[in-house]
Amino acid sequence: MSDLIQIAQDTILAPVGLIETDLDRMLGELTGSAIDAADIYFQSSRLESWVLEDGIIKEGSYNIEQGAGIRAISGDKTGFAYSDELQLPTLLEAAKAARAITRSGAERSVQITGLPTPRQLYAPINPLPSLTETDKVDLLRRVDAEARKQDPRVKQVIVSLVGAQDVVLVAAIDGTLNADVRPLVRLNVHVIAEQNGRREQGSSGGGARKAFDFFLQEERALGYAREAVRQALVNLDAIEAPAGTMPVVLGPGWPGVLLHEAVGHGLEGDFNRKGTSAFSGRLGEQVASSCCTVVDDGTLPGRRGSLNVDDEGTESQCTVLIENGILKGYMQDKHNARLMKVDSTGNGRRESYAHLPMPRMTNTYMLAGETEPDEIIATVDKGLYAVNFGGGQVDITSGQFVFSASEAYLIENGKVTRPVKGATLIGNGPETMTKVSMVGNDLKLDAGVGVCGKEGQSVPVGVGQPTLKIDELTVGGTGQ
Amino acid sequence: MINMQQRQAQLEQLVDDLLSEAKRQGATAAEAGVSSDSGLSLTVRLGATETIEHTRDNGLGVTVYFGQRKGSASTSDFSPQAIRETVEAACNFARYTSEDPCAGLADAGLMATELPNLDLYHPWDLAVDEAIELATRCETAARDEDERIFNSEGATLISHSGLHVYGNTHGFIGGYPSSRHSLSCAVVGKEGDSMQRDYWYTLSRLSGEMELPELVGKVAAQRTVSRLGSRRVTTQQAPVIFQADVAVGLLRSFIGAIRGSALYRKASFLLDSLDDQIFPGFVNIHEEPHLLRGLASAAYDNEGVATTQRDYISDGILQSYVLDSYAARKLGMQTTGNAGGVRNLRINSGALDLQGLLKKMDSGLLVTELMGQGLNMVTGDYSRGAAGFWVENGEIQYPVEEITIAGNLREMFMGLQEVGTDVETRSSVQTGSWLIDRMMIAGG
Ligand SMILES: [Zn+2]
Repeated sequence: MSDLIQIAQDTILAPVGLIETDLDRMLGELTGSAIDAADIYFQSSRLESWVLEDGIIKEGSYNIEQGAGIRAISGDKTGFAYSDELQLPTLLEAAKAARAITRSGAERSVQITGLPTPRQLYAPINPLPSLTETDKVDLLRRVDAEARKQDPRVKQVIVSLVGAQDVVLVAAIDGTLNADVRPLVRLNVHVIAEQNGRREQGSSGGGARKAFDFFLQEERALGYAREAVRQALVNLDAIEAPAGTMPVVLGPGWPGVLLHEAVGHGLEGDFNRKGTSAFSGRLGEQVASSCCTVVDDGTLPGRRGSLNVDDEGTESQCTVLIENGILKGYMQDKHNARLMKVDSTGNGRRESYAHLPMPRMTNTYMLAGETEPDEIIATVDKGLYAVNFGGGQVDITSGQFVFSASEAYLIENGKVTRPVKGATLIGNGPETMTKVSMVGNDLKLDAGVGVCGKEGQSVPVGVGQPTLKIDELTVGGTGQ
Repeated sequence: MINMQQRQAQLEQLVDDLLSEAKRQGATAAEAGVSSDSGLSLTVRLGATETIEHTRDNGLGVTVYFGQRKGSASTSDFSPQAIRETVEAACNFARYTSEDPCAGLADAGLMATELPNLDLYHPWDLAVDEAIELATRCETAARDEDERIFNSEGATLISHSGLHVYGNTHGFIGGYPSSRHSLSCAVVGKEGDSMQRDYWYTLSRLSGEMELPELVGKVAAQRTVSRLGSRRVTTQQAPVIFQADVAVGLLRSFIGAIRGSALYRKASFLLDSLDDQIFPGFVNIHEEPHLLRGLASAAYDNEGVATTQRDYISDGILQSYVLDSYAARKLGMQTTGNAGGVRNLRINSGALDLQGLLKKMDSGLLVTELMGQGLNMVTGDYSRGAAGFWVENGEIQYPVEEITIAGNLREMFMGLQEVGTDVETRSSVQTGSWLIDRMMIAGG
């Protein structure tokens, strides 16, 4: 039995007096000839957050949750119930409710087996006590001071620090017994700068599946402060963004949100099983220009989107989605994989025990090409160079996607010139990907603050890409 | 069936326990909220049941004050041990947060003293089989509406009821049960290469006030089919109509910009705008927190402060901010009883329905969907992805997609020409469609 399973049992089951044979009993309740799959997902999570504003530590809060979600699947029907009371009778009742989607079948016994210890992509720690409260408060203050000392135009600084530990244990009637202990920390800085009555904002941040000292290493936290201020000051000089269709060069790293929206969601298994995605039924087809290779990789050590095992107990993996422009694969959870007769790719994720798992991204990025970033910009006569983004959104059926630039510049005669105000970029996923004409050699992953929302469920994710050029994309500015 | 009165008494006891425990641990003041919610959520897709979810959510949260220092904690565990530990965690945080002169409970004199029954609780005794039948009727109507509907994301029925209790150490305690039921449907249509999806839903506190399942399905299908064959328009400036359901977002952005937290952070484009002309003179925006069965009705806000009717805009002029006690103190003002947001907001309509608005616009863009978060609250700069219809001679010509619309909210508000009579009622923020004189449209 793996250490992770032991930790999960000690954290979740032992305090409420549940033992492994209770799991067998619950799973037994979920078996029957008409049941194809069933699982129980136990979760115990703790989260703390701190907010500094106006130079003072304004808020500190702590949340602790635990519960179990029980799911039974028959064909393409899913029954689901959950409880925040981890008592055997309550859980057995939830199991009955979940399996009520089928009315036939007899109980049988289930033997679950712990898998050998999987590779550990992150240490099974609780990051909350990894710094003393005094040191956390001190960190926030230093970030605040760093932002303010950059420039007298900085008028407001908000710093937030969040740490969480998520312990999960999943047992399924296919014999799966697996667990994960997931630390996650995040620090965000938001500043407002003012000049001649004009106010603009800038923000930055980062995070990882690590302890809080991640922010102390390499002056990371102070770096976020400087970066947020730099962005706000750039925006103070921004002119109207252009409106219309033009070549767009995206910087490396966080602009990879393009891939997340333009192709990522459309390649999730559920949409493709149901045939509602613009990418449905297109495996093996050219869906992007040949310079695009895009992967979803849950195995990057310490990254925000990484998982030792997903929320169905499947080991995460690196899945090639698009290789040299050819659609190679979808991201799958167990349920959609079974119905599509393929294997799960370890992308079964859920926000919590109170939500059903579905195929979700982990860290999605494009592999590097060979071109120097400067050479890419030099090819553009008149266009946009966008380096920082807020959120994005996609309509997976029509393929329309948007993402909003928060820092962008004009490119004029092959040179980056004036900063422009934030603008939304819109395109059609499959079409835009065929217009990627150049890919830089500077692959970068984002700093670790991404959150993806789907059907009301939020999960942490990562994105990344090298500098790349899209020959034509619509830029939603106000300028002519 | 749970006896709601008993359950409410239990939750009130929990709040009381939390407050007593906070005092026992040395807090000078404290406030606590407890909620308990249960429901059913199911989806029927392509005529078969896809998911049945039984939901049951509990939560409690406590905020303690040690003088001017504050700490909070929350959990889903209602056990006595959890209460002790949650309060302890909150108290621990209060040791490290700063003295904040603005922190603390709302003033005792502002606590609501009358708690009228706002008729928010209408549980739906709905068996799973009946729910499946309703969702099936809805989806079937959608799939039968048009032969171009070839696929479905299903029809989803959600029925919830719950209780929320709030109390603080001024001696205020209030609680009320509420219910909420919805039925939604999303279908996919295809014509040539064009594949589109759209949805529709009905939402009410009372199941009897919901739209018929067949109507919801039919509208979902019509909306989907109407988008087939969407194309782009050329980049240009033109008048824009925001259909009522998306105009709600503009009204919410207005509220976001006069919210105390945005104002004291100087993170709003409507800073220092009290008594300024924000909208044209025909615009009035009013909040009605005590509406019977209202989607956001409450007699007291999240701090126990009595809620009151309020005008935010009269004759186009900003009358009030949206404040809780913290933001109010930061701004040197008085709370408006809006901790937790606005409750049932309405902008007055003119005389024209949507058809009338199209005629008035003559030529321009009708926006029925917006994408992305392209709004900068600090500057009011607005740039979002859009889909809808191109209008000429007051008539819809063809569906439009893959375009953006951009402007600045300050100018968009002043450029409001007319608010339609087609009021969106499924939201706590209610408005008809908006005709705005001019925006930048980016397309091909
Ligand atoms: Zn996403």
